[in-house]
Parts: sequence; C-alpha cells; structure tokens
Amino acid sequence: MILFLEQLLNGLQYGVMLFLLAAGLTLIFGIMGVINLAHGSLYMIGAYAGTLAAMQTGSFWLGVPVALIAAALTGLVMEAVVIRRLYARDHLDQVLATFGLILFFNQSIILLFGRQPMFTQLPDLFSGAVEVIPGLPYPSYRLFIIAVGLLVALGLYLIINRTRIGMLVRAGSTNREMVRALGVDIRLLYTLVFGLGALLAGLAGFLAGPVLAVQVGMGEQILLSTFVVVVIGGVGSIKGAFVAGISLGVIDTMLRAFLPGMLRQVMAGPEADALGVGISSMGIYLLMALVLLVRPKGLFMAGS
Amino acid sequence: MKKLLTAASLLALTTLPSLAEPLKIGVITTLSGPAGYLGEQVRDGLQLAIDQEGGKLGGVDVELVVEDDGLKPGNGLQIADKFMNEEGIKLITGIIFSNVAGATVPEVVENDAIYISPNAGPSNLAGAGCNKNYFVVSWQNDSLHEATGAAAKALGYKKVVALAPNYQAGKDAIAGFKREFGGDVTEIYTQLEQTDFAPEMAQIRAAAPDAVFQFHPGGMGIAFLKQYVQAGLSKDIPMIVSEPSADGVILNAVGEAAVGLKATTHWNADFDNEANKAMVAAWAAKHPDKPLTTYGQQAYDVGLLIASALKKTGGIDDLDAFRAALKEADFTSTRGDFKFGPNQHPVQDWFMVDIVAGPDGKPMWVTKEKLRDDVGDVYAAECKM
Repeated sequence: MILFLEQLLNGLQYGVMLFLLAAGLTLIFGIMGVINLAHGSLYMIGAYAGTLAAMQTGSFWLGVPVALIAAALTGLVMEAVVIRRLYARDHLDQVLATFGLILFFNQSIILLFGRQPMFTQLPDLFSGAVEVIPGLPYPSYRLFIIAVGLLVALGLYLIINRTRIGMLVRAGSTNREMVRALGVDIRLLYTLVFGLGALLAGLAGFLAGPVLAVQVGMGEQILLSTFVVVVIGGVGSIKGAFVAGISLGVIDTMLRAFLPGMLRQVMAGPEADALGVGISSMGIYLLMALVLLVRPKGLFMAGS
Repeated sequence: MKKLLTAASLLALTTLPSLAEPLKIGVITTLSGPAGYLGEQVRDGLQLAIDQEGGKLGGVDVELVVEDDGLKPGNGLQIADKFMNEEGIKLITGIIFSNVAGATVPEVVENDAIYISPNAGPSNLAGAGCNKNYFVVSWQNDSLHEATGAAAKALGYKKVVALAPNYQAGKDAIAGFKREFGGDVTEIYTQLEQTDFAPEMAQIRAAAPDAVFQFHPGGMGIAFLKQYVQAGLSKDIPMIVSEPSADGVILNAVGEAAVGLKATTHWNADFDNEANKAMVAAWAAKHPDKPLTTYGQQAYDVGLLIASALKKTGGIDDLDAFRAALKEADFTSTRGDFKFGPNQHPVQDWFMVDIVAGPDGKPMWVTKEKLRDDVGDVYAAECKM
C-alpha cells in the first residue's frame, strides 16, 4: 500500500512536469497552428540559465526568475525571428525549421558550456525528505514540484477563464480567423502566447535540473511524451493538457513500477522483465492510439 | 593587389611537392546528446596519444576522421560504410555503446578492415561471433561487472537489487554481476535514456536489500545517483557500481553526495606506472577543466596499441602483418598488466576503489585493493578463430 502511494506521488510529479511543458506547447499549437519542436530547447535554456544563476549566486531561488526570463526572452526572439515566418506555411516547413532550431540551440550550448552536464544543487529548504504518512519518507523537493505545478495550473485556469487576454486566447484557439476579423491584434497575441509557453518550459527545465541532469539534449528526452500529452488532451486545451499530463504521468509510472512484477507471477523472470519493460514503454502510445480511436481530436479539443 | 596575392598563393600551393598522405583512422563515436561527453573523452584520449608523439603513432603520420553516431546503430553503420567505401579507411575505432557496436562492427570486420574497440565489448561479439579483425582494448562488458559482483561478495552482501537499462550492455551487466556475486539478486530493467527513476527508487525501498548495484552510464548515471540520494536511500543502503556509472564527470555533477560510493575499475588515475603518469600529466595540461575518465584512458591505450603495431609494420598496407603486430599487444598499458586473450579481448586486473572527497572538495577515486588478477572473459572459450 505504501509502495502504491509512493508510486502515485511519483506519477503525479512526473505528470505535473509533463503538464508544464504541454501547456505551452498546446497553446502554441492550438492558437498559432505552429508545431514547435524546439519547445524542448526552451526547457533546456531555462535549466541552463537558472542553474548557472543559482550556482553563481549560491541561491536556488534567484535561479527561478533568471530561468523564467531567459526562456521567455529566447522564446520571444525565436518567435520574432523564425516562427513568425512560419504561420502561413505548412506543417512540414514548421517541423523542418524548428528541428533546425533544436540543432542550433544544442550546438550553441555545447560551444558555451561544453558537453559535460552541469552540477546542480537542491535548495536547502527542500533538501530532505518528508514523512508523508508513517513509513513513507518522500523527497520534499518532489512535493515542491507537485505544488508548483498545481499552482501554475490554477493560475493558468484563472488567466484563461477570468481575464480579457484569456478570453482572446480561448477565442483564438477556437477560430483564429474570426478573432483577426474582429480587429484584435493577433500578432501581439501570438507573441504573448509564445512567450508564456516559453516561460512555462523554462520553469519546468529549471525545476527538473536538480532531479535529472542539466545537459545538452535534455529537452528532446521529454518532448515526445509532451506531444503525446498534447494529442491526448486535445490541441489548444489547457484543461486537456492538465488531465492528460497527470494521467499519463501516473499511468506511465504505474506500468513501469508494477507490470514486470505482475508478469513475473505468470511467467519466467527474464521474459517477464523484457515483456514488462516493453509494454510499459509502449503504454502511453497505446493509450494515445485508443484515445484517438474514440475521440480523434483528443479529450478536450478546443471549439469542438 | 589582393587578387594577385591570392593567385600567387594558389600557385605556391600547386607547385609544392605533394606530401605523403597521413594514415587515416576512422573514429565513430557518440558526440551529441546527453552521452556526448563519452565520445568527447574517446576522441580527446586518442588525440592525446597522437599529440604525445608529435602527430604520429609508432613513427607514422596519422590523422583522425571523427564522426558522430548520435547513439543510433543505423548512423554507426552508415558512417562505417562511408569510411570504408568513400574514404578508403581500413582502421576504425571509437564506438561507445554496445547497440551501435552490434550493428557496425560486423560490417567493418567482415570487409577486411580492422576495428579496435575503445569501450563497448558486447558478449555476442566476444564468443562465437569473434573475428580476427576485431580487437577490444577496454574490456568485455561482462567482466566489467563481474568485478563488481566479486566486490559485493567480498564486502559480505547477501541480497542485492541490480538495475540496468534494457539493452545488450545492460543485460551483460546484470549477467556479469550475478556470475561472480552468487547471492540473491533482484533484477530491475530500466529504459535507455530514462531520466526519472522515482518508480525504481520505490521498488528498491520496498525490497530493502543489503546493497544496490546499478549500471547507468553518462547522463542516466547522474540522474540515478541524484535521485538515489534525494530519496534518502543512500543513508541506509550502500551502492556499489562498475566504472561507467561513477566516472569523473558523473561525480562532478552529483557532488559530495557521491562520497561513500564503492566502485570497481580496471584503471585509476592514481596507478603508479610511467605510462599512466605521462598520460595523466599530459591530460591535465591539455584539458584542465575536464576530468580524465576511463573512456579517455581506454582510447589513449588504443592509441598506444596502434603505435606499437605501426612501429613494427610501418603502415597497414600489409593487413596480415599489422593484425599480427596488434595481437602481440607489445605496449605498456596505462592500466599496468595487459594482454589479449584468444578472442582478442583483454586479460587484465580489476580493482576496488573508494569514492572520497578530494583536496578540492570534489569526489574522486582512491584505489583500495586488487580484486581479480589476470582475468579474461567467459566467452573466450567459444571463440574459434
């Protein structure tokens, strides 16, 4: 039971991470119609900038604003220089251009910082473990990530549903042309949305730093799962990104944790392990296929 | 004026006597992505051996042609084809990962080119799949972890959880560990390029073993170690690893949390022999900001091996003579004792190291004791050459 609860928390933490990345990606895809493969690069830039600042100043918390600003600024420049030229073009061009950006950013990081991963440190406040229930110590930093993720979700919900900008964002993801026809400066809206998406990616990257490794290519490792979240949740829907992110995080973790053990009950050890690992790594893609069969536009397709 | 100069210099170029082409050595290695520093170490280690001799190996001018495989077996194969067919390269080395080696090495050695491994030594190429054109300077994968199994046994552990990624080298790792350990082992397979090990941490906690053995090279190892410490497991359950999961780069990224780990290795920077001292000093002078890892050392030894053979043959035009010269392994390895077994894999010694806080506060390896003396690998007997 304790093991199950711990895995549930692990799944929740992974899901929150996926949500932070998917929220930006789904907005950019839904509102601007751009497939941005370089979203993972923004995640990496947030991690590098924040970690560097935290190391220089010795304070983890100073890393947060630096990560956010660096990722958002990079996002804004990227939008102005590259993405803006892609709105009218088809998806293949967008994929090519943003894939080029991945290569560009990865090589730039190698030139600036080398190939060796950076040293990261936990903030003192969250360096220990908390006894969530008796007999289950859980790293407090992971609880902190979960809390931040839920707060961001709440904040996004309020912005999207209670503010004028949010109204435009919702309108934009439903019918872009109509918003433009009504005289809204859609270009400014695009820039804002892109900047917001970049900011969230940067936050996710910086938070992930102390748990994972801050290194070149860290963004691509999580990008694929993020796209799965966007597709399952429905393009353009923050609610979808939240629900899909958390469910995928939990399902993926549970499959990895318990499937090999369950299979071992019915078959020999090595085969059970191989099959279990195989199925659990396919798990989220199988789920995506199933969801697409039932709801081809995802669970919460905006404007459906 | 400028045009004139350009024309003059062009003319000068064309009238220069054509120099003999240096011998090209093809290097297929992993330079991009989280495992990129492994390939960087191999490239730099090999280059260091060449620089030490002033651009030569064994008196022959050599030139490295380096390509990045991106940790993709298909890329490795393509690069090998390009090297052999387009550039006429007959001597190839560099591959880090066993899955890339598995796809690439057979293509090289079956086409009358020599492949010398500076790292990966997968089991399927060590036994019945061995080849006269295939040499391994590092170790056979299993033996890397057999040493760790022997260390775990010597330390008196009875029950161990063993974790490794689900690919050839990961399977070799757990098989090797179990062979020498002999105790109760719970196996957990992770995925190559996995970053979050929280589910595995929970499983380890639930299993409550005497010790944990894990094999996660490169960036995976950093994430694994950090999360192991953060989960509070390092306080209760000691961890023992083989060299790729605790190299200098990983230790730097993890920091003081790595102190107290135990590792096994075939080489350490503190080994007291001339060849090693020369390498360590030259590396520190050339790459002051990068720790020298076993990957760099293995590649440096590849350089020394090639040099020893070229010294005898003067070139690789006579492939049979070059192969025979390689097989003699007539060089002083930076690790001390070294010779080739019947399958052209190393026969060497293995050591246990403690990971302690160094003078600069960064964790470092200190050699503790010799675990195994002059051992080869279990697949050698199956090799019919």
